[in-house]
Amino acid sequence: MIVDSPLELALGLGTGAVFGALLQKGQVGKYEVILDQLLLREGRVLRTMGTAVAVGSVGVHALARAGYTRLQVKPLRLGGVIPGAVLFGTGLALLGYCPGTTLTAIGEGRRDAMVGALGMLTGALLYVRAYPTLKPMLEAGDFGKVTFPQATKTSPWPWVAALGAAVLAGTLAFRKR
Amino acid sequence: MNALFQRSWSPYVVGAGIGGLSWLSFATAKKPLGITTPFESTAARLGQLAPQASGVNAYLVKNDEVPRLDWEWALAAGVLLGSAISANASGDTDHGSVPRTWARTFGPSRATRFAGAFIGGAMMMFGARMAKGCTSGHGISGTLQLAASSWLFAPIMAITGGFVSRRLLGKGGK
Repeated sequence: MIVDSPLELALGLGTGAVFGALLQKGQVGKYEVILDQLLLREGRVLRTMGTAVAVGSVGVHALARAGYTRLQVKPLRLGGVIPGAVLFGTGLALLGYCPGTTLTAIGEGRRDAMVGALGMLTGALLYVRAYPTLKPMLEAGDFGKVTFPQATKTSPWPWVAALGAAVLAGTLAFRKR
Repeated sequence: MNALFQRSWSPYVVGAGIGGLSWLSFATAKKPLGITTPFESTAARLGQLAPQASGVNAYLVKNDEVPRLDWEWALAAGVLLGSAISANASGDTDHGSVPRTWARTFGPSRATRFAGAFIGGAMMMFGARMAKGCTSGHGISGTLQLAASSWLFAPIMAITGGFVSRRLLGKGGK
């Protein structure tokens, strides 16, 4: 087993603690808030995620451009991503917490989230078990670790600006609800 | 420090905070925020305790990911810790088992809710590992990097989640 240095682990724990506190203060670790979003009654989850993506994209692309980091994207493999997203959405509707907000809800004390986390661990075990069989399907339709700017040979900045504008427009259009 | 004792922050403040945190994680650990990878590596580690039953050896041969106790694992543990600190500071703790919206459709039984939560959690994690990401890894970190995989995952996940929740709870949830 690979074990990172104590410094690296402390950094992860600290970053995670800030992440968890933000999710908790944002009230998104609550079943009702997530279901209200899925049923399109209220938009707190989407507002939070939209703002995070718009703000995050500016800084992360700037850091990458300046050579302080490198982008790390997941490969576009249709055989894994599409059925994975369908299974994920179905499970999310049943559990009512996503993986990060399951941990947030456990921090608040929710019993059903604790059972959900046991289910998640079981799902991971089943995945490990099924992986050798599933591998050919998971890797079907592989386009690699591709981003939109790469694929279109364009600068990321128009994309970042468009993303920010879309989030701002969405926020203004739906500011009442 | 007063803010820590407040129950709820604006979604824009929280969103901007998470966006800023993603700069920090890219600048320091050189990694995006994500939650589910450590579940897979923990499962692989647990599988090594019973290699026959878990089939973990075939997994390890075919996969370049190996069990680790790393930054990402500490990140997931940190989320739980940070939430617990925040919830306790503001008195926003909740030891309930059956959410109201759920009870309106499925009744107040804890056993039913726990069964739903367990199956839902298992499906969600299986799907996340197939797609290599979750609401954080794809939904936030991947989309902000303009990754094609994430912009495919996020809408399919959201539409499926919306459709299934409407079918399950649409009437009773009103």
